[in-house]
Amino acid sequence: MSATVAKTVAARLGLNPKYLPLAATISLFVAMAIVGSVLYPGFFSAQVFLNLLIDNAFLIIVAVGMTFVILSGGIDLSVGSVIALTTMVSAALVEHRGWSPAVVIPLVLFMGAAFGAFMGFLIERFRLQPFIVTLAGMFLARGLCYLISVDSISIASDSYSTLAQWRLPLWEGASLSLGALIAIVVLLAAVFIAHHTPFGRAVYAVGGNEQSAVLMGLPVRATLVGVYTLSGFCSALAGVVFTFYMLSGYGLHAVGMELDAIAAVVIGGTLLTGGVGYVAGTLVGVLMLGIIQTLISFDGSLSSWWTRIVVGALLFVFCLLQRLLTSRRPPSS
Amino acid sequence: MSDTFFSRMTELLRHRLAWPLLTLFLLLAVNTAFNASFLHMEWRDGHLYGSLIDILNRAAPLVLVSLGMTLVIATRGIDISVGAVVAIAAAVAAWMIGGSVSGSVSRFPMPLAILAALGVALVCGLWNGLLVARIGMQPIIATLILMVAGRGIAQLITDGQIITIYYTPFFFLGGGYLLGLPFSLFIAAAVFAALYLAVTRTALGLFIQAVGINPTAARVAGVQARRLVIAAYAFCGLCAGMAGLLISSNVKSADGNNAGQLLELDAILAVTLGGTALTGGRFSLVGSVIGALIIQTLTYAIYSLGVPPEINLVVKALVVFVVMLLQSPEFRAEIGVLLRRPAPRGSAR
Repeated sequence: MSATVAKTVAARLGLNPKYLPLAATISLFVAMAIVGSVLYPGFFSAQVFLNLLIDNAFLIIVAVGMTFVILSGGIDLSVGSVIALTTMVSAALVEHRGWSPAVVIPLVLFMGAAFGAFMGFLIERFRLQPFIVTLAGMFLARGLCYLISVDSISIASDSYSTLAQWRLPLWEGASLSLGALIAIVVLLAAVFIAHHTPFGRAVYAVGGNEQSAVLMGLPVRATLVGVYTLSGFCSALAGVVFTFYMLSGYGLHAVGMELDAIAAVVIGGTLLTGGVGYVAGTLVGVLMLGIIQTLISFDGSLSSWWTRIVVGALLFVFCLLQRLLTSRRPPSS
Repeated sequence: MSDTFFSRMTELLRHRLAWPLLTLFLLLAVNTAFNASFLHMEWRDGHLYGSLIDILNRAAPLVLVSLGMTLVIATRGIDISVGAVVAIAAAVAAWMIGGSVSGSVSRFPMPLAILAALGVALVCGLWNGLLVARIGMQPIIATLILMVAGRGIAQLITDGQIITIYYTPFFFLGGGYLLGLPFSLFIAAAVFAALYLAVTRTALGLFIQAVGINPTAARVAGVQARRLVIAAYAFCGLCAGMAGLLISSNVKSADGNNAGQLLELDAILAVTLGGTALTGGRFSLVGSVIGALIIQTLTYAIYSLGVPPEINLVVKALVVFVVMLLQSPEFRAEIGVLLRRPAPRGSAR
C-alpha cells in the first residue's frame, strides 16, 4: 500500500522513485539549513558551511569507500579502527622513529589498502560473510593500536603541524583546510570511478545480482577484492586526514566511525541491498550528519547525545523509506 | 584394536561440542600450568572463593547475552544492539533506584526498578524484531539503528553522568552469594535451563532451525516464522537487559557511554565458537555457554600470564579468523585437498 503511495507521489513529481531517498535527504538538508539560519544568528555564513566540509573531511573519505562496499552488497565494519591504526602508526613512526612524513604517509596508505585487500580476499575466496570478517578486522586493527601504545601519542613534528594549519583562502573570511581539499578530490575521483570505469560498472553489477554478474563474464572476484581494498585505502587516507585534524595517534580515535559512515551512506540514498545508489549522495549524507551536529552545537541547550538519537531516528526513517521503495509486493503476503 | 580406537576418537572429534570443549580444557590447562593455584578453591566467609568461581561470575552476563544471540543467529539474524540495550537497562535501573547516598533508600521499590529495566529491554528487543520481521530490514541494519540511538538514549536517561548506586540490596544481583555460589550464576543457569527445556522438550527448537534453514519453506510448512523471529529478538533484548542489571549491580554504577561496550562482538564470538552456524539453522545452546566461558577464561589467562591486556583484542581477532575459516566449506575443501594430496592412493582405504 504505502509503497505504491510513495511511488505515485514520486511519479506525480516527475521523479524516478530511485531518486526519492536522495531527494528527501537534499530537501531535509536545505530545510535544516533554513531553520538554522532563521533561528541562530551567524549560522548563515559561508564558513559555517565550509566547516561542515572541514570537520567532516575524514568522514567523507571513509563514507566514499563505504559506498563502494555497500554498492557491491557488502559491509565494512573495520573502517573506524583502521583510521585509529593509521593515526597510531603515523604518530609512532614520526615521533618515536623520526621518520619523514613523506615516507610515513605512503606507507600507511599502502598498509590500509593491504588490510582491506586481505579482508576482501577472505570474503571472496572462502565465501565468508563480509560482516563477520570485517568485524574481526575491526578487533585486529584496534588490538594492533594497543600493541603500539596504550596511551595517546601527540605529534609535535613541524611538517605535520604545517600541513594541519595550511588553509586555502577562498574569499574574504572563508577558507578550506587540506583535509577538506583531499576529501573533495577523493569524492570527485570516486564519482568518476563509479560511473565512468569498468570497475565502477562491475561494482554496481555485482551488487545488483552476483550470479548475473558472473554469467555476464564480469570479473566478480577481482571486483570484490578491489572494493574492500578501496575501502581500506580510503580508511587509511581518512586516517591521515584525521591525524592532521587531531595531531595525535590514539587507539580510541574514531570509535564508532563505521556507524557514522554507514549512516551517511544510507541517508545519502544508497540501498543497503546493493546495486543502487550514488557516491554524490554520500556527500549529502555526511553533510546531513554534520549539520545536525552544527545545529545542536549552535543551540547550546541540547546535550551532545541528542546527536546520536537524531542520527538513529534518521537512519530508521531512511531505512523505512528504502524498504517501501524496494518492496515489490505488499508485506502482508 | 588401534583402528577402532582411532575411529572412536574421530567420531568423538566430529561431535559438535568436541572442539569448543577441547579449547576450553586447553585454556584451563594453560592457566593451571602457569598458575598452580588456579584450580584451588576454598570456603571463606560462607562462600566459595577461587579463580574458577571468579571466571564463572564474570562470564554470567556474557552467557546470558550469548544465549539470546544464539536464538537470533539461528533464525538467520544478528543483533548488534545488545551492548546498547545493556547500557539502557543499566541506566533505567540506576535511575529508578536513584543516587541517594544512604544505602537503604531507593527512589522506587527495587522489584519495580528491575521490572522496568527488563521491560524496557524487552521493548528494545521487540522493536528490533518488528523491524526485521514486519518491515523486512536486514538484521544488521535494523539493529544498527538501536545500536546508534541506544547509547544516546542511555545517556539521556543518566543525563550524561555515570550514576553511582548506593542502594545495598541491589548489589546482591551481581555481587551476592546464594548457597556459597555467586547469585549471577543462578540467574544464568535458570535462563539456560528454561531455554534448553523449551528448545528440546517442545517443538520450538525444530521451528527455529526450520526458519533458519529456509524461512520460506518454514512458512509454507505452517511455522509462524514471523512471530518466531520477533520472539527471538525480544528474548535477546530481555537477555541483554538481565546482563545489564548484573553488570550495573556488579560495578555499582551505570555508565551510558561505556556499559556493555563491545559486548555484542564478544557475544557473537561466543556463539560462533560454540559451533552455531552464522548462516542460520544449526545452533547449540550448550556450545554458546562454552563459547562464553572460553572467552572469559581466555581473558583471565591473558591477565594472569602477565601478558599485556592490550593483546586481548588481537588474540580474539585471530580466534575469530580461525573459527570463521574452519566453518567455511570452501576452506575445508581446500585444506582437504592439501592434506590428501601427499598421501598415496592405496593407503586411503
